[in-house]
Order: sequence, then C-alpha cells, then structure tokens
Amino acid sequence: MTATIPAMTPSTTAASPVMNWLNDGWITTRRNLIKIKRVPDILVFTTLQPIMFVLLFTYVYAGVIDIPGSTYAEFIMAGIFAQTVVFGSTYSGSAMAQDLKDGIIDRFRTLPMSPSAVLVGRTNGDLLINSISMIVMMATGLIVGWRINSSPLEAIAAIALLLLFAYALSWVMAFIGMSVRSPEVINNVSFLVLFPLTFISNAFVPAETLPTPLRVFAEFNPVSALVQAARELFGNTPTGSAQSEVWTQQHPVLTVLIGIVVMLAIFVPLAVRKFANISTR
Amino acid sequence: MSYIEAVDLKKTYTPKGASPVHALDGLNLEVPQGTVTALLGPNGAGKTTTVKVLTTLTRPDSGTATINGVDVIASPERIRPMIGVSGQYAAVDENLTGFENLDMVGRLYHLGAKQSRARARELIDLFDLTEAQNRPVKGFSGGMRRRIDLAGALVMRPPVLFLDEPTTGLDPRSRIGMWEIITTLVGEGTTVLLTTQYLEEADQLADSISVIDDGKVIAKGTSDELKASIGGQRVELSLVSQDDAAAAREILTRFGSTEPAVSLDGRGFTVNAEDAPAALQLILTEFASRGIPLYDAGMRRPTLDDVFLKLTGHAASVDDATTSTDTAEAASAQKAQK
Repeated sequence: MTATIPAMTPSTTAASPVMNWLNDGWITTRRNLIKIKRVPDILVFTTLQPIMFVLLFTYVYAGVIDIPGSTYAEFIMAGIFAQTVVFGSTYSGSAMAQDLKDGIIDRFRTLPMSPSAVLVGRTNGDLLINSISMIVMMATGLIVGWRINSSPLEAIAAIALLLLFAYALSWVMAFIGMSVRSPEVINNVSFLVLFPLTFISNAFVPAETLPTPLRVFAEFNPVSALVQAARELFGNTPTGSAQSEVWTQQHPVLTVLIGIVVMLAIFVPLAVRKFANISTR
Repeated sequence: MSYIEAVDLKKTYTPKGASPVHALDGLNLEVPQGTVTALLGPNGAGKTTTVKVLTTLTRPDSGTATINGVDVIASPERIRPMIGVSGQYAAVDENLTGFENLDMVGRLYHLGAKQSRARARELIDLFDLTEAQNRPVKGFSGGMRRRIDLAGALVMRPPVLFLDEPTTGLDPRSRIGMWEIITTLVGEGTTVLLTTQYLEEADQLADSISVIDDGKVIAKGTSDELKASIGGQRVELSLVSQDDAAAAREILTRFGSTEPAVSLDGRGFTVNAEDAPAALQLILTEFASRGIPLYDAGMRRPTLDDVFLKLTGHAASVDDATTSTDTAEAASAQKAQK
C-alpha cells in the first residue's frame, strides 16, 4: 500500500446525548438483525421449535389430559407461549458471552459510544426473535383449535405481557452471560434451570393435578404466574378449574408486571455497570 | 512531556484456583509524539494488559497513565475519541461483511449514515479489500481480518494507534503488508504503541523498543542499542558425535567472547563473537586440523530468545505456552494462530 490514509473530519455537528444514545442502540440492534439474516438457524429454530411443541402437545397429550370445561388446545397454548419466550430470552446470555470471547466487546468499549447501547441492541434482538416466534405460534395454535376468547385489547395485552417479561429476562441473561463468559455454559445451564421451571408449573397440566410438593412449587413458580396471566388475558381459563389459594395465582397479571419492573430495575443498571467495567484479558 | 505516559502501573489477576498473576508490576512507559514504540516480550509478559490499560479497557490496581495529558483512568470518555485500537485477534463481527463492520464503527463514532458509508468505502479501497467487501468476515483470511480490524481502528484517523501483536499468526506476505500500512501511518505523524513477540518486527517499525518481562520494562533503547547490549552475532555449530563435546567446548571458549551454551542433546554449541565471520573461520580451521567432524556450522543474528536469555536468564520461547504464565494473553495468541 502506497496511498496515504486521508484524515477524517466529521461534518456532523455533535448531536445531543439522547440522539447519540438512540443512534447507538439502533446501530447495535441492526447488527443483531443482520446476524439473524446471516445465521438462519436461529430463526429456523425459533420458528420450528414452537410449531413442533404446539403440534406435539396438542396431539400427543390431548387425549390423556382432561381439562374440565375447556379443550387441551385452548389450555396448552399459554404454556407454550410462556415456555418459548422464556427460552428465547436466553440468547442474550450466550450472545454476550460469545461477543466477549470474540473480542468485539473490546472494540465497542474503545469507541465513544454509550455503554448501554450494546445491551440495548442485544435485548432488542431477542425481542424481535420472540415476536416472530409469537406470530408463528399463534398461527399454528389457531390451526389446531386454539381460540382467543377475549377482547382484541386483552389479547394484545397478553402478547405484550409475554414479550415484556421475556425482554426483562433478556437483561438478566445478558448480565449472567457477561459474568459466566462461556456461551456453552450459558446454554447448558439455562436448559437445566428453565426446563424444570417451565415444566413444574401450570404450563402443560393444571397445577392442582400435581403431587403436593410439586403443586406448591408450581403455584409459586413465576412461570406459572406468566402462564396464568396469558391464559386469563386470552380468555383460555378453564371454567371448571379450582381457584388457587396463592396470591400470585389470584393476581397473575399484576404479579408479572411487578416481576418485569423488578427485573428491569435491578438488572438494567447491573448489566450496564458490568459492561462498562468488565475486564477482558 | 511524552504523548503517552505510564508511571508505575500495577495490575494483579487472581485466576480461579491459581496463585495471583502480576500482569503489570510497576511498568513505566513513555512514547513521544509521532514515534513508534514497541513493547517486546513473550506471552504473559504484560504487553496486552498494558495496551488494555491505555485503551480504557482495564483499570490498573495502581499507577497513572496519560495520553496527551489526559488521564486515562479518570477520563476514559475523553481518551476514546483520540485512540484507535487493533488487537491480536481481529475484533470484528464475523457475521457482518467487511463494509458493514466499518460502516457500523463509523456510525458508532456518530459520523452519520452518509459519511460512515463514504468512509467505509474509502478504507476498503485503501486496504485492498474491494473484492471481499460484501462477504461476511467469517470467510476472510487471517491477513484480511487484520486489515479490516486495522481499518476499523482508522475510521476516525486517530492521533494515537495501539497495535497489539498486529502480525502474530500471519503469513510472511501478510506480515509485510501490515508493516507497509503501519509505516505509512507513522510517516503521516501517527503516534504508535505496538506490541510484538518478534525482534525483527520491532527492528523494522520501532523508533524505541521497551523489552518487558513479568510486567516490568527490563530494558529499553533503539534496536541497535539493544542488539549491541546482547553482543552482536553468534557462532553456532553442531557435532556429529557427542564424544567431541569437550574438545568443541575448549575451542569455542578460546575463540568466542562468552562461555559456549550447549544444547540439550549435548551436540549443539552457541557462542558470542565480536567479529563473528573471523571467529567462524578460525574455529572451523581448528576443527579441521583436529579432524573433528561437524554436522553443521554457521553464524546467526541475535533473536528475541537471546535478548531474553541475556536479560532475564530465561528463554522467551514464543511457541511454548507452558513456559509463560497462564494468562489469556497466551490463550489469545494461540487463538489467533488457529
């Protein structure tokens, strides 16, 4: 190379910090959108897996599990929605760990960009994947006999609640990803933790049918609150179901909203601080 | 005052279940404006940690560092617009194309869409990546990755450039290409701090070399000064039979300027010589007159290992990770070589 490298004189005047923050968040989000496009297995997995779950559960268990006053297809969908978006939020964990490993976090941290931008972009990426999963699951559900028995507004509230819960969980996972630093560990551990958490709940069977210790766990399980909230808002609560004694099951929507606020209030600042101070070596 | 200044930097890591590693143990550094300083040292010596401290990525436990008078530790946000960093492994997004990577960096510098794109195109042309610009970086060769990474560091054409082992793991042709780019930048007034394991690289590029080991600068000077300090050329020979070892030692001691060093198998000998060609002639004549058969004989220039042997009493051994402390520096270097 013999040519010189010309100097750079930015023509743009300094924008406000808010505009810069929006710009940085958008640029890092776009990076993750391009990744979804270039690595289609993420998208294939997030769309095929929910379809598979809907079909497996509704056809394999429909004959065995009796839901008084409803059908199993009506009952199960809220559970599959919740399980899928909860698993969808784990990408932020493994992706942050992977980015740390690849050194691109070092590049970002030497740029004069806002320290939260990479995390905003990452969690937005999860939100988009989960939104696509929701659309696919709802379409599949409608085909196999699931129905929304509530007002459109309530249905939208249900979708928003599921996605927001997963979004807040993405921040938790991003923080864990930066702490653990191994994409493999994140994947394996989240599988080990989230599978029991989603199965020992009211997602796939009514909680009252479980043996006592599991029933108690299921009633206090935050996933159960999410499932119950979605079920109520979609109008899928079986009419013959027993009323739970547990407050979180009696007020599932409020419980989930509190959960979202608490997760964001704790883990957004924690994750941003972790990102700013993380020492890669 | 020097443009980059580090005073008494200390940093200790404690890996899980291992004893603490003193990555930096009172490191001092001065880089005058518009010059190239090379940090020369083996894996685990503290080169990468030094760069990470100066580029705001890691906070030292103690010590001070300034760039153009700005405190690196207290005001990282004022340092970031002034610096460009290119690491020993390319810090680029594998899934983005070369163009998208540079465009992203430009926009994160808040250049705006139009100017970011124009700058990305300009750098792609300058770095000879035109054909590959629309392919994801995943498929790039090692040399292309380094070029796109360096281009990323030059989006703003910063006054200070940190290059952490810019050519480790590159083939000779790509290495020479990188050297040309760096030389061009320096010719235009960029201040550069470069880390390397290769004496030759420091020799080619640096105005001043700081040799570091165990987190400290153990020697500094120009390339010629350092070479002079380790005693110029060496005479090296290997015997056909180990039975002649005593005679070989005696001859080499007589004509060399140092005690001969013996290789592990007892057949290879190395000795320093003031006038190596003359010493070699005399030594070979002596071997011939005594009828001692030789497998190989010759001269060589000092290597990094010689600098280290002389300065620290232990080998630098760039290829053997087990001799270096178990830090990520070694791991990253291995990763880069894959």
